[in-house]
Amino acid sequence: MAEHENAPNAPIIMCEDVHKWFDDFHVLKGVTTSFQKGEKAVICGPSGSGKSTFIRTLNRLEAHQRGKIIVDGIELSDDLRNIDLIRREVGMVFQQFNLFPHLTNLQNITLGPIRVRKLAKSEAEAVALALLERVNIADQAHKFPAEISGGQQQRVAIARALAMEPKIMLFDEPTSALDPEMITEVLDVMRELARSGMTMLVVTHEMGFAREVADRILFFDEGAIVEDAAPADFFDNPQHERTKLFISQTLQH
Amino acid sequence: MRDELLEEHQKLAELARREEIRPPQSSKAVLPWMKANLFSTWYNSLLTLVALGFLLLVFKGFLTWAFTGAKWSVIPANLQLFAVGSYPREQIWRVWGVVYILSVLLGLSAGMWGGLVLRFALVLGGVWFIGVLLPFEFSTRGGFLGAVVAIAAALFLGRGRTSFRPWILGGWLLSFPLIIVVLRGFGENGVLTSNWGGLLLTLILAIVGIVASFPLGVFLALCRQSSLPAIRWVSTAYIETVRGVPLITILFMGNVLIPIFMPDVDINQVLRMMLGITLFSAAYMAENVRGGLQGILRGQQEAAQAVGLNYVQTMLFIVLPQALRAVIPAIVGQFIALFKDTSLVSIIGLIDLLGVAKSVIANPDWLGLQAEVYLFAAVIYFIFSYSMSYVSQKIETALGVGNT
Ligand SMILES: Nc1ncnc2c1ncn2[C@@H]1O[C@H](COP(=O)(O)OP(=O)(O)OP(=O)(O)O)[C@@H](O)[C@H]1O
Ligand SMILES: [Mg+2]
Repeated sequence: MAEHENAPNAPIIMCEDVHKWFDDFHVLKGVTTSFQKGEKAVICGPSGSGKSTFIRTLNRLEAHQRGKIIVDGIELSDDLRNIDLIRREVGMVFQQFNLFPHLTNLQNITLGPIRVRKLAKSEAEAVALALLERVNIADQAHKFPAEISGGQQQRVAIARALAMEPKIMLFDEPTSALDPEMITEVLDVMRELARSGMTMLVVTHEMGFAREVADRILFFDEGAIVEDAAPADFFDNPQHERTKLFISQTLQH
Repeated sequence: MRDELLEEHQKLAELARREEIRPPQSSKAVLPWMKANLFSTWYNSLLTLVALGFLLLVFKGFLTWAFTGAKWSVIPANLQLFAVGSYPREQIWRVWGVVYILSVLLGLSAGMWGGLVLRFALVLGGVWFIGVLLPFEFSTRGGFLGAVVAIAAALFLGRGRTSFRPWILGGWLLSFPLIIVVLRGFGENGVLTSNWGGLLLTLILAIVGIVASFPLGVFLALCRQSSLPAIRWVSTAYIETVRGVPLITILFMGNVLIPIFMPDVDINQVLRMMLGITLFSAAYMAENVRGGLQGILRGQQEAAQAVGLNYVQTMLFIVLPQALRAVIPAIVGQFIALFKDTSLVSIIGLIDLLGVAKSVIANPDWLGLQAEVYLFAAVIYFIFSYSMSYVSQKIETALGVGNT
């Protein structure tokens, strides 16, 4: 605990030469980077470049095999206690929402607070309702996920992650599975979250959102970061050939 | 001209649409239903009559036998045998004790939960009430009357007291050992399990089998999916071995081998059969549950882990509820199979419901009455099996919400 309190300017996430293999397939080839508290970073890159794998190593849904990851002063290893601590501080939002279909939206949100943070049920429900209010769907609390739209489901998923009061939020292509008319409502919620000062790592191809919200854009290619720049530099003055190609392709449509 | 036609057409279409809004009415009355479904055209009527004639021909023999030829007196004369086998008469109060424990618990539960439980309590009350009306001895009828009163009183007491639900669940759990103790008693003054018999024995074997094999099966299924190879292999080996062997061999082996391997431990025959049935059924249960587990998307576990749930919590609150719900029909099918399979214990000499049937037939007083006796036994098996199936269907509908 004391370890990370005494270094106010230390990054909240630190990655040093992180490598990851799926069997013989080298997915992450030495990722070194760090993120400050309150920073908003957008991660983009071609399909299969390892973006998802990278942010999933940050809450240890995937284990890295070489290098070092330190999140909020805790080094990620096989130590189960560390993993539990990390997962309480890192919220995650998935491309496919992954809501629990057998629980109501409200129960989806209160499960973590009740079972992990040990809040009383009434307290957890108050928190959950406030969060549903914050993502603009208070009226859907007692429905099941299957009964609401994709955009609403993703907002419930965001509320579910926020209910654990995380210090960091990871988003893995949160709008890729949504119909165009629902993308805005989810991005609006994420903008509001960004304004509130949350540390956010967002894998997305929404370049408008990146330009507007991100402090940094990281470009992944073949398991490594090839470009890491502020949005203005990233779009107007990209250094790497791959980045240029990617930008011209994404901005075309 | 064309425009007018078009307009006319649109009006008609609009009208048709408005009329089509109401769903077609399906009538529940008998006569209209028959007219609509059985006698709607002349050839439908003909087919109906032919089918009726055919059914009559097939069942004519059976019906004549059932109403004129059959000697049904064998059933009431041996009713106690069918119910409890050779359970000693002077100890029969123990069985009554069980009847009362269950009646009170069911009555209380019915009051607190209502719905399906209430329906079951009413059915059981009805069965006890029939007991009151039948020409049994006076004390027996009194016993049944008491049971009816017990259910009614418990129902009244439990009505709406939802806050006591956890206590009643605890009560059900406690009732298993309690019932066994009440039935067995202690030492010489008790009733040896070798005297347990009839429907009583069948039900005890089935309920213990179901209650024990379910968690064991879930556990085996989770082990088979474990990321630790050793656990996975042991579980797989167990499941495949047991599934490769007929139950009857396991029961025989349990009967013969346990005393050879553990000569000092005195495990009685009924317990050996409980073990055999449980271990056998658990392997099948595990496969059913595994089927459900495989249907759960990986993202569910990841989302649960991401909000910080540990492995046990993830299984308990996220994976198992979904997996088990998906395989309720298969699980209940396994329960029903287990219930009927308990009849195999009559082969190693236990006198369960089927065993009693066999012994009644062998009795010189009732020679040649196989048909009556077996039919009666079959009806009893059917009633219990069908009840399980019925409950399963109700539970499926009740859980249908948010199932997609
Ligand atoms: N569990 C796994 N087992 C084996 N290979 C995997 C696994 N998960 C991902 N991969 C592979 O690792 C590579 C990187 O995957 P990842 O999902 O991180 O890419 P991504 O950058 O997120 O791509 P996308 O934009 O398509 O989501 C891909 O080639 C993928 O096929
Ligand atoms: Mg991805």
